Amino acid sequence: MIPRTVVSSADPIHGVATMLSHPFIQHAFVAGTTIALLSGLVGYFVVLRGQVFAGDALSHVAYTGALAALAAGVDLRFGLFAATVLVGLALGFIGGRRAADDVVIGTTFAWVLGLGVFFLALYTTHSSTGNGSANVTVLFGSIFGISASAATIATVIAAGLIGVLLVIARPLMFSSIDPTVAAARGVPVRSIGPLFLAIVGATAAEASQAIGALLLFGLLAAPAAAAQQLTNNPWRALPLSGMLAIVAVWSGLCLGYAAPKLPASFAIMTVATAEYAIAALVTTAKSRSRAAPSHDHDMAPSRDHEGFPLSSDEIPSPNG
Amino acid sequence: MRPIDDSRVVVSLEHAATTVGGRTIWSDVTLQVRAGEFVAVLGPNGVGKSTFLKALLGLQPLSAGQLEVLGTHQGRQNARIGYLPQRRAFDPSTRIRGVDVVGLGWDGDRWGIPLPARFGGRHAREGDERVREVIELVGATSYAYRPIGECSGGEQQRLLIAQALVSRPDLLLLDEPLDSLDVTNQASVSALIQSVCRSQGVAVLLVAHDVNPILRYLDQVIYLARGGAVMGPPEEVITADTLTMLYGTPIDVLRDRAGRLVVVGQPDSHTHHHSST
Amino acid sequence: MNARFSWNIADDVRQMLAFHFMVNALRAGTIVAVVAGAIGYFMVLRRQSFAGHTLAVIGFPGAAGAIWLGINAGFGYFGFCIAGALVIAALSRNGRANTGLGGDAQESAVIGTVQAFALACGFLFVSLYKGFLSGLNSLLFGSIVGVTDTQLVTLLIAGLGCLVALAAFGRRLLFASVDPDVAQARGIPVRLVNGAFLVLLGIAAAGTSQVTGSLLVFALLVAPAATAVRLTARPAAGLVLSVVLALAVTWVGEGIAFFSPYPIGFWVTTLAFGSFLLAAGYRAAVDRAGRRGASRAERVTVSTAGSPA
Repeated sequence: MIPRTVVSSADPIHGVATMLSHPFIQHAFVAGTTIALLSGLVGYFVVLRGQVFAGDALSHVAYTGALAALAAGVDLRFGLFAATVLVGLALGFIGGRRAADDVVIGTTFAWVLGLGVFFLALYTTHSSTGNGSANVTVLFGSIFGISASAATIATVIAAGLIGVLLVIARPLMFSSIDPTVAAARGVPVRSIGPLFLAIVGATAAEASQAIGALLLFGLLAAPAAAAQQLTNNPWRALPLSGMLAIVAVWSGLCLGYAAPKLPASFAIMTVATAEYAIAALVTTAKSRSRAAPSHDHDMAPSRDHEGFPLSSDEIPSPNG
Repeated sequence: MRPIDDSRVVVSLEHAATTVGGRTIWSDVTLQVRAGEFVAVLGPNGVGKSTFLKALLGLQPLSAGQLEVLGTHQGRQNARIGYLPQRRAFDPSTRIRGVDVVGLGWDGDRWGIPLPARFGGRHAREGDERVREVIELVGATSYAYRPIGECSGGEQQRLLIAQALVSRPDLLLLDEPLDSLDVTNQASVSALIQSVCRSQGVAVLLVAHDVNPILRYLDQVIYLARGGAVMGPPEEVITADTLTMLYGTPIDVLRDRAGRLVVVGQPDSHTHHHSST
Repeated sequence: MNARFSWNIADDVRQMLAFHFMVNALRAGTIVAVVAGAIGYFMVLRRQSFAGHTLAVIGFPGAAGAIWLGINAGFGYFGFCIAGALVIAALSRNGRANTGLGGDAQESAVIGTVQAFALACGFLFVSLYKGFLSGLNSLLFGSIVGVTDTQLVTLLIAGLGCLVALAAFGRRLLFASVDPDVAQARGIPVRLVNGAFLVLLGIAAAGTSQVTGSLLVFALLVAPAATAVRLTARPAAGLVLSVVLALAVTWVGEGIAFFSPYPIGFWVTTLAFGSFLLAAGYRAAVDRAGRRGASRAERVTVSTAGSPA
């Protein structure tokens, strides 16, 4: 389906040049890079705020929205964005943080997926152009199938979303870590939560075009979790998460190109998973090697008020 | 450091009242807090001590009366207020350093992302310095660069006090900051708050369920009740007569052998909560 | 499908049973519903529903890989689900598996990554096996034409094994689920019981996946049990109710799917979700009525107590 020349040259530079000379690869790289950066940045906050399952829910909604649009005969992206952004806002306003329990969320979103299957059946039985590949595209993405115009639109939207996210980054961080104090300091905590979930929804819609509704959740979670393992400085972890997502997409694209049998979205997900696994191993090894010498120091009972500048050695006696 | 002006009124309430869900929490509260005063807010459970702090922050509207904070209406000057909400522990897996949590108190309400100090302008450079200074002040330097989730309860509390102090507030609102600390830490944190209060002329309003650990550091206490409030030096307010009048039921104030105050007969289910240490 | 729905139910059933695939589907559905209803009840009680979902998702690459290699899909489901259950049991701290929501953010990020990776692997196997794109849908969203005779035998053996095991240590499991600390003190090997339950859950998830598809296991594994929990607090009644609901959802879902052009996944999730909503609404109404009654009683007591004697 996709024109691909086998890389016969042993010269890697020549090979990369050949690869990048294909327009479909160029589109994939342009769209993939911005979508990956967006997913990595948004994913960091998703993991920080403990809203991973809201992200999962929105990816289910992305599937149903896309197929509803196909069944209704409108542009797939229209259904994607409308469904995910609206449900994101609704989750933000109704749910708050982790309000509903897992049974309710799971049952509801299983039904949302079931509804997606219903739209799929509608689409394939009632539409003359309907075919099975549209379903696979929505589920697992087709980053090599992105057209020039689709790549441009995806890039512009992703860039805009990144801009919005960077503008609200600091208040969002504040209200994620410390909502009460942030509210007291005048951060609009109540509107920033739903706004963020709307951004997550739009990110899900973007990412599902690249790696599909079922896998986008991994691109949100894996680089962010890896970045959190590697650094405790949030303002370093945030760009690191974005960069890890870009690395995953780039290496996934190269792997998918070099081995045409590997679906690109599988390659991307594999690299992202490997990133997390490596980060977790590095952190475990580091903390194990650090734990040995400093262990007794950490356990010292007087540590809590050690180095305290004021006299604190007396037990309080109100009469004193 | 700004000059200390003890006569400056920082908080002023006149016949203030508040209701939550149609129920009057407290009413007819008239009092004034001046700069540099260390004040404890006391009263039985459910009398609205936390609500009182929220009212000062403008997070809880008044149903009657007047309230001025830092010379203007409630909620207008929140950047000049340091706030420590009721005990909140960080999830052990929170992978954010203490210094970042403190830094959010400096500029967390600004849009955008923080830039490295070199490009960040004067405010950012000043922020870095101030964060370091305030962490040193609370004695948290040795653990401020560890993930805050790995810090002990007392360490987290110090960092959160640093967060409340970092923006050089004129008013500090602390909701049960000594809760869940051990006796030694209660004393050192109280001493720290008193020293900040004295040296920088900050007014401190501290909600406590037990007055004993802070008694010797205090200037004033406020006792809240549904129909009013009394404010004054501890030895004048925490007496059987004053409290009996305020709550309208017979109340005794006892002193145990160690000098601790025990208030008996308050109109709530936890009669002995003042002796909980 | 040339079958026509009429309001003569007996005739409809006769029409359905004329097709071998439909008989197989109903048999498989019955086995799966009984097992899923019973295991699901304990799963909801133990708040492990996301572990069940994860196991079902892990089954997807198993089934896809099995088809790619030319093996019966049922073996792929069972092999991967049971292996996944053993891994989760080994990794879970204190013998308590992560529920996904109860755990911390980092852990749920890991679960999400594992799920996405499993789905990606399944997609790889599907695309390696040429001409299998229509099969993808039945693996993910279920199908009533998919159950073969060998698969049915595997399902029957696994299901019977599951029920026997559950009958053997059900009481201990209930104890260990409700009050692990006391159970431990009473000499019940809680960790072992938890591990064994995860294996049973893996088997149930593998079986359920073959009817509802890997992505929709909540319809049979979680929703009937969650509905039952909202209707009764007694364990025995809840267990029976959960099984009955799962059976009803499966039979009615398969019946409608047979006569309608829309797939079973849609009908089963809709029925399950609908019954769950009804039960949740009923529970909310009962609670509200109870609270109103309680507060009225309270007010009466207060006024009697407050009146001068």
